[in-house]
Amino acid sequence: MRSAVIIFPGSNRERDMARALRLICGREPTMVWHADAELPAGIDLVVLPGGFSYGDYLRCGAIAAHAPVMAGVRVHARNGGLVLGICNGFQILCEAGLLPGVLMRNGALKFLCREVHLRVERSDTPFTRGYNAGQVIRLPVAHGEGNFYAHPAIIARLESEGRVLFRYTSPAGVPDPNWNFNGATNAIAGVLSEKRNVLGLMPHPENHVDAAVGPTDGRGLFAGLVAHVAQAA
Amino acid sequence: MKARVTVTLKSGVLDPEGKAIEGALRALGIAGVAGVRQGKVFDIELDGTDARRAEVALTDAAEKLLANTVIENYRVEVLP
Repeated sequence: MRSAVIIFPGSNRERDMARALRLICGREPTMVWHADAELPAGIDLVVLPGGFSYGDYLRCGAIAAHAPVMAGVRVHARNGGLVLGICNGFQILCEAGLLPGVLMRNGALKFLCREVHLRVERSDTPFTRGYNAGQVIRLPVAHGEGNFYAHPAIIARLESEGRVLFRYTSPAGVPDPNWNFNGATNAIAGVLSEKRNVLGLMPHPENHVDAAVGPTDGRGLFAGLVAHVAQAA
Repeated sequence: MKARVTVTLKSGVLDPEGKAIEGALRALGIAGVAGVRQGKVFDIELDGTDARRAEVALTDAAEKLLANTVIENYRVEVLP
């Protein structure tokens, strides 16, 4: 699987992402500068990494959503290419209209830097085929604005179309307000686009891939994408 | 030419920052505050003198960047 990771001014998780992709895909990803209007040819997966692009000025991801490289990302997405937005990347995808809704300030106002439990809602997508449906995984979060919100009609549509891929839950996999630390609507942690090729996810799978430093629950997301691309080839 | 774009949260959208400010006002001893919602003001200087054209341009700016229309309303005023 050939992947590209976009660097915006203020991105800070692009190297963690590149490391995870290198470890799991066995191939060095291409780092792409935000001012490049086109993506390199032959890319299977484009990743918008975490960080504080443009200092979170105006709104998180608002300015990055208009970066020249986003034209290339739109073309890639329109052609069915895979796009993964992590944390700030998720915020950018929402601001760019590639995903519905918006990530608002955490309900309790505090910046969260901790491990969370996520239930993988379905395994029949490129992003989740590396997991079992209903599996509970642990991933780290680090965000002040992860509170997913959309108009109730949009939320209902996301739920009925099975486009909520990851949900904050208790360690037993049960949705519970006590385990929804940022107050996201319906404890939504990750959302899939209408054409099922774009995923936005607030937690950081790229930071749980190495047994030397902790859990490896993040591997399944990337390994599943590799398998998907290999199968589609 | 000077203009002002005011961006406010749509009603019904949760505003925890507004709530925090409300609490701080209460702690300051300012009585009778029943609610606070926080917004943004953009003071913009434009070339030219065509107010109509300015309004059109700033509405475009608000729709595309200054406001997130999922959760925010905006108002454009060209200042006298």
